[in-house]
Amino acid sequence: MAQTGVAPVEGHQQHPLSIYLGVWLLLFVLSGFSYAVDYFQLEGMLRWSLILLFMFLKAGFIVAIFMHMAWERLALIFAITLPPLCLLVFIGLMASEADYTFLARLIAFGPAEEIIAPHH
Amino acid sequence: MTQEALTAATPIVGLEGVVSDLADEKQAFHVPWGKAMMWIFLLSDTFIFSCFLIAYMNVRMTTTVPWPIPSEVFALSFGGDPIPLILIAIMTFVLITSSGTMALAVNYGYRKDKKKTVLLMLATAALGATFVGMQAFEWTKLIVDEGVRPWSNPMGAPQFGSSFFMITGFHGMHVTAGVIYLIVVARRVGTGFYDRNRGGNYEMVEIAGLYWHFVDLVWVFIFAFFYLW
Repeated sequence: MAQTGVAPVEGHQQHPLSIYLGVWLLLFVLSGFSYAVDYFQLEGMLRWSLILLFMFLKAGFIVAIFMHMAWERLALIFAITLPPLCLLVFIGLMASEADYTFLARLIAFGPAEEIIAPHH
Repeated sequence: MTQEALTAATPIVGLEGVVSDLADEKQAFHVPWGKAMMWIFLLSDTFIFSCFLIAYMNVRMTTTVPWPIPSEVFALSFGGDPIPLILIAIMTFVLITSSGTMALAVNYGYRKDKKKTVLLMLATAALGATFVGMQAFEWTKLIVDEGVRPWSNPMGAPQFGSSFFMITGFHGMHVTAGVIYLIVVARRVGTGFYDRNRGGNYEMVEIAGLYWHFVDLVWVFIFAFFYLW
């Protein structure tokens, strides 16, 4: 059962140590990159896209290799990874609601005149 | 298990396999039940942490007061200039190290190497405890020195405190529970509990490992969204 890429028998998950050590090293490097994004004070879209890129790479390696998801059967992979996709809808709803709340707050107690209708 | 049973238990793969796994009148997931249940628990936990992070996104987007800059709030000075976010970076590396030792513990568990499994699990628990200790230090610094409260703080938006304490507090609680869980399972491996009661099957080690990697996984998201964003 040492070979990889083959559907394992009844959840038996034994893989060569080198895979774990490689992913471990990779996680260190990716965390270093994440920290570098902050350390070098990158700004704007570059900062956000790099943060997300390193985050998803790290999350992917942890789930796929350390949690053995890459070697599980597709039925289990779908059962676990598809439901969180509805969070995207939740994020979208909350983000659009947030814009509305932000503008309402500016009008109610923020420097509304200056931002919405600058007249002085 | 005999060879025939193994062959019979190796079903069709791919999308056709999904259909056959879910539609046939038999066990849907070809993993030990404990592992399937742990995955489903982790799925529900994903939603809990997502709710916290989405709530944080919402308050951060809606506040008209500037958000405190995490890079400066969590800077730490070792005699010289403050290094931005250094404590959080160290905590991240401690947690990743613990994830690595846990992955090795699972591997040695499958090799039936009892001694290495126990030692690596205890190392994982020790690193987890270190993480919680550093978090306690961070909380103390923020509460005592910087005056951060769940309802206010001197740096900017008051929601910063409530988000911070909720998110890191809940994560720290998970790490603490994980440390206890790991010690219990390590003890059972060490005393031969699984040899006597489970026919020498150490799948409990892998299930504990799933939980521990999940705690690390959540930290990846907290680190990205709360500390770096």
